[in-house]
Amino acid sequence: MNPAADRSLARHEGIALTQKRVFTVDRLFHVFTYLSALAALLLLVGVIVALIEGSLPALAKFKFGFFFRDMWDPVKEDFGALAPLFGTLVTAAIAMIIAVPVGIGIAIFLTELCPRALRRPIGIAIELLAGVPSIIFGIWGLFVLAPFLQKNVQPALIGAFENIPVLSSLFAGPPYGIGIATAGLILAIMVLPFVTAITRDVFQTVPAMQKEAAYGVGCTTWEVVRHIVIPHTRIGILGGVMLGLGRALGETMAVTFVIGNAHEIGTSLFGPGTTISATIASEFTEAVGDLYTSSLIALGLLLFIVTFIVLACARLLLMRLSQRPGL
Amino acid sequence: MMNRALYARRRMVNRIIAALSTGAAALGILVLALVLATLFAEGFAGLKLSTFTEMTPPPGNSGGLLNAIAGSLILTGAATLVGAPLGIFAGTYMAEYGRYSRLTPTIRFINDVLLSAPSIVIGLFVYEIMVVPMGHFSAWSGIVALAIIVIPITLRTTEDMLALVPSQLREAAVALGAPMWRVIWKVSYRAALGGMLTGVLLAVARISGETAPLLFTALNNQFWSTNFGAPMASLPATIFQFAMSPYPDWQRLAWAGALLITLAVLLLNVFARVLASRQRQR
Repeated sequence: MNPAADRSLARHEGIALTQKRVFTVDRLFHVFTYLSALAALLLLVGVIVALIEGSLPALAKFKFGFFFRDMWDPVKEDFGALAPLFGTLVTAAIAMIIAVPVGIGIAIFLTELCPRALRRPIGIAIELLAGVPSIIFGIWGLFVLAPFLQKNVQPALIGAFENIPVLSSLFAGPPYGIGIATAGLILAIMVLPFVTAITRDVFQTVPAMQKEAAYGVGCTTWEVVRHIVIPHTRIGILGGVMLGLGRALGETMAVTFVIGNAHEIGTSLFGPGTTISATIASEFTEAVGDLYTSSLIALGLLLFIVTFIVLACARLLLMRLSQRPGL
Repeated sequence: MMNRALYARRRMVNRIIAALSTGAAALGILVLALVLATLFAEGFAGLKLSTFTEMTPPPGNSGGLLNAIAGSLILTGAATLVGAPLGIFAGTYMAEYGRYSRLTPTIRFINDVLLSAPSIVIGLFVYEIMVVPMGHFSAWSGIVALAIIVIPITLRTTEDMLALVPSQLREAAVALGAPMWRVIWKVSYRAALGGMLTGVLLAVARISGETAPLLFTALNNQFWSTNFGAPMASLPATIFQFAMSPYPDWQRLAWAGALLITLAVLLLNVFARVLASRQRQR
């Protein structure tokens, strides 16, 4: 064998070796990223499994009736989820009733009415506010909003509706300041930036050509919004609303401060109540005994299932939107 | 012939709606401004030099938030170090190796749901898997809880940003004989760096204000502690405890802490925004 061929052979081998190493590294990195992705998936499974396991003692004792019993007695160790579930649904409903129309109104203002120079600053301010931690809204609610409502708003409402059949029980009782209504209001303030930001984003996906065509045949701004923008973005708005609802249902700190933490199902919006997340936040570290802890975890499981369904619907709707051709 | 009555009505409806939506905007901005105004007024009134140099006091005594600030920095930093790489690598898989894998859409969907899952449930989960087996609350469990919140945020932004990198860039690198991992590190990551950093910053901003997942993992600690195996103080947990208390001293400190968190979060958000817009210009 001549030396030249020898050298070339050695070089080939060298290259082959480096190549092998290179591809081993590639395989390793591939597997590594794959496992990370899998971990993200397993996280959800893990959360569900851990919550189910933790709530087994409570579910074994109270069966599925746990979710529909109005009972919370740590002394007798008798628990049911109805009062927190009721509070969660009512506060979230109040929040959405306020935040959705206001949010859509702001979005209409931002996309159709606002002077161009103000659009960006207001838009950015709203997006920044969506990032403010919920505990800030919580202490603001406790120290500012609740006393204000107690002094100025609640007595007036209670007085005004005193003699009207349904409304008198809805706005009844001593004005505590804190309670279901205040919690709903704080939640509304908190989800408002989310609903506004998403609605504005989907409003902006409407092709300018379509809007201009409508303006061109003489439509007023409202008619353009009503007949062009909203039909075009219906699914996106619904997705955004569901996303806001998911947040409102699961929000903890903003609510815990102002709801009063009483396991009651009252007819009055001014009465104290509790939500699932507020119950867990304020009682978990003080819970004595397995059954108490387990009942709180079962509440967490219930909350996770409810928000999972809502959020999954929201994502499916928003996904359908992004798959539509022309967007 | 123009129908004057109809025209007048249409104009009227339009005016009413315009007034209502302008009113909505004014109301929304007013309320949110009110929240911030109170926060700044109360927060700056409670903010003193001692806030940064002294430990959290027992009720009725003066003190600061030093241990809570340090605890928050440690918990947030460590959780980012744990969670961000995991999210980034998972996002890398979804955008690079597994772009056409059937697993990818599933992960994306689950991740989007986890992105807005109630954080208190994450706290319960970590309580079950770490606090119960270990038998006590610890900074470690708080770090894991926060890291679980970091993962979906960084995963989402990483995947989105890598998906924006033009395939021609990758193909050019592959044609030169580079293996995939080098293409990812030298081409994709470089092109998407700004966006990926934005995601990490947003994640840091999000967890620095999170309270619910810390309540029964890291708990709280009235004293200075850097022991990861023991409960650790954090600003949000301290604010929660102090604001709910009847002591004015504690309430003042709660406002000061709330102001610090808000400033940090706003700053991080602004910074992330600047980074993102720089990325877009490139």
